[in-house]
Amino acid sequence: MASAAHHPPTATGLDSRKLGFWTFIGSETLFFGSLISTYMVYKGAAVTGPLPHEVLDIPLTSVSTFVLLMSSLAMVLALSAVQRGSRAGAITWILATAVGGLIFLGFQAYEFTHFVHEGLTISANVFGSTFFVLTGFHGAHVSVGVIWLLTLWIMALRGNIGPADALKVEMAGLYWHFVDIVWIVIFTLIYLIP
Amino acid sequence: MTMSSSHGRGAAAELYSDPRGWGATIWSWITTVDHKRIGIMYGCASLFFFLIGGLEALLIRIQLAVPNNDFISAETYNQLFTMHGTTMIFLVAMPMAVAFFNYIVPLQIGARDVAFPRLNALSFWVFLFGGLYLNSSFLFGAAPNTSWVGYANLTSAQYAPGANVDFWVLGLSIVGLSSLLGGINFITTIINLRAPGMSLMRMPLFTWMTFVTSWILVTAIPVIAVALIFLAFDRFYGANFFVPTAGGDPVLWQHLFWIFGHPEVYILILPSFGVISEVVPTFSRKPLFGYPIVVYAGVLIGFIGWGVWSHHMFTTGLGPIADSFFVASTMIIAIPTGVKIFNWLATMWGGSIRFATPMLFAIGLLAIFTVGGLSGIMHASAPVDLQQHDSYFVVAHFHYVIVGGAIVGLFAGFYYWFPKITGRFMSETLGQWHFWTFIIGFNLSFFPMHFVGLFGMPRRVFTYPEALNLGDWNMASTVGAFIFGLSSLIFLWNLARSAVKGAPAPANPWEAPTLEWSIASPPPHYNFAEIPEVRSRDPLWTVPVPLSQTRPAEEPLMPSPSVWPILTAAGISLTWILVMTGVWWVPIIGLAWTAICVYSWAFQPAFPAEAH
Repeated sequence: MASAAHHPPTATGLDSRKLGFWTFIGSETLFFGSLISTYMVYKGAAVTGPLPHEVLDIPLTSVSTFVLLMSSLAMVLALSAVQRGSRAGAITWILATAVGGLIFLGFQAYEFTHFVHEGLTISANVFGSTFFVLTGFHGAHVSVGVIWLLTLWIMALRGNIGPADALKVEMAGLYWHFVDIVWIVIFTLIYLIP
Repeated sequence: MTMSSSHGRGAAAELYSDPRGWGATIWSWITTVDHKRIGIMYGCASLFFFLIGGLEALLIRIQLAVPNNDFISAETYNQLFTMHGTTMIFLVAMPMAVAFFNYIVPLQIGARDVAFPRLNALSFWVFLFGGLYLNSSFLFGAAPNTSWVGYANLTSAQYAPGANVDFWVLGLSIVGLSSLLGGINFITTIINLRAPGMSLMRMPLFTWMTFVTSWILVTAIPVIAVALIFLAFDRFYGANFFVPTAGGDPVLWQHLFWIFGHPEVYILILPSFGVISEVVPTFSRKPLFGYPIVVYAGVLIGFIGWGVWSHHMFTTGLGPIADSFFVASTMIIAIPTGVKIFNWLATMWGGSIRFATPMLFAIGLLAIFTVGGLSGIMHASAPVDLQQHDSYFVVAHFHYVIVGGAIVGLFAGFYYWFPKITGRFMSETLGQWHFWTFIIGFNLSFFPMHFVGLFGMPRRVFTYPEALNLGDWNMASTVGAFIFGLSSLIFLWNLARSAVKGAPAPANPWEAPTLEWSIASPPPHYNFAEIPEVRSRDPLWTVPVPLSQTRPAEEPLMPSPSVWPILTAAGISLTWILVMTGVWWVPIIGLAWTAICVYSWAFQPAFPAEAH
């Protein structure tokens, strides 16, 4: 990255991109906070079915949740591999993270289709509206993350991700872990708490 | 001041045009990532929307001048007051402040640009496209017509079947994204790009207030984004967020809107407080009285601003406990605001005051904003608010704080920083005319509204019966509005004329203390040949900074221009606009365009290849 040489040292010593990205994550917290609060406020407000306990499949979603959380572990190993300069490690673990995300999205696609067959659509009732918009926006975030990771993976395959580029992987990691943490909250509040 | 001679007549024209001709000049503006040019574009765009919003206000006032008037229809009236509010808040007051964030903040902290120059350009283009899209609704005769607060379920597909609300919900989403990106950019810039020695408590007040405002933007915008997303899903995809028959609750909209909407009020006012905190010390030739207190008061306003939203909802019926809480928090937030007023007064006390135009507007703010603050405390009390809610009293109140606070402060900013931006003074004579016609027109227009409101005239009605005996008061407001309109034309004329013919200004024409005045007017595109070192709060008043003003042998390497910000902005806007089709997959076309632009952007080097 040629630009690094032109940047005078910052006042805090932190890279501006990292600081800006943390600020963005702070903003995202309010975004998901508002979506999740709305789900909680509307809990039990649906006047017609299907209701949550009739459609939610906790064992199934536990599997996809486990896969997503394990992808965070892969993300940590990917960053570590990049920092150590291990190209093979970087290629392996970045791909593993992306595949974890893809599996999660596959489960979500199955779940959404299944629910629609059960009669739960976005316009069926207020549960459908809050459920699909909240988990849909989370899924969109996972999709962006997967595209980002696959881009990094192609760069790594071409040998364009060395230890000097660790920040690029680290920022993708910040995003990925954030999206995972949001899912932990969503999974707990929507699926686990009756 | 050595540099001022080298940048004498026509310096601005030389700086902002391309010798290769018109086409090259326009291209250089479209692809610019220079914070100063982006600031100027923000300023021009906000003035353009100011004209549109002002025209809407005058049409409203003509309609209300006499009872039972039929100058415009009720439907047109609804569109005009909705677009007047939406325009003045989102397309005038906010971007006008952002114009100064852009131009001034990097100069005040001794930086060469913002942290993310291309992102900054993206913010501007997204804002411009969003604003134009919102206003394009007039061409279809379908301007938004459900007021700037767009209460559910007046905005539902059932009660608002036309495209009016579509324009509103999608247009505001686009404009909001611009503010969010701007907030992230300025937080990073202010934390990370301060010159050596500029600790947080040495930052100029305008930079401080930009910092606080940016935090409010970054935290409040996502909340309105979610509210707008819910509304969009309700309207386009049949969701039930605000549909009572399906279990939805229209009051949720009010909460989400005002959780954003009240912090928004401080987004509007804090930048002006920042401007005033620069102007008052400079024109009193005294350091700001109680600098830390003014800073803390601003930060405190930023925090407490999050805990007062339901005072907009006393008539919704939230119950005595909620009401009491919000009455108390609303009264508490008046304290830091009052503290600031006293700090400015104490700064003037014993100073040697120059009544130049920026100072006139600063003093004007103190007077007018205080009136608005006092009426605010009146309806901070829930029982009083029950009487005043949705009446012209509230219209008077928020014009006194938003025009009398936010806009007047920015007027002061225009006169104050114009010499820095163009290298020329604005005309003092025209400035005085602007000020006095504004003071007379504004007060004649809005002061009577207090009475009209207390006498029972509701807001958002297109006419009123003669029997109410409110004709004279309303006529006075209309006359005042036209005088206010005249004052705005004087202002715009002054800007245009002075940009071409104004008296040349030196680097530090007001003998001000902050860093932006240590470099030439207008500043070279790299701002500082050498990054200054800061040793005090008022660097140019204490140790005159050795002005590294001679043109450097080798110009600092600046970020390359890029066409991707404007193309990305077009893609983002297109995505939102295509939502209007109601077919779920059509916006993917816009998304694909955006994705292509984002990739091209990401792989384009930010800086030109180094020529060793």
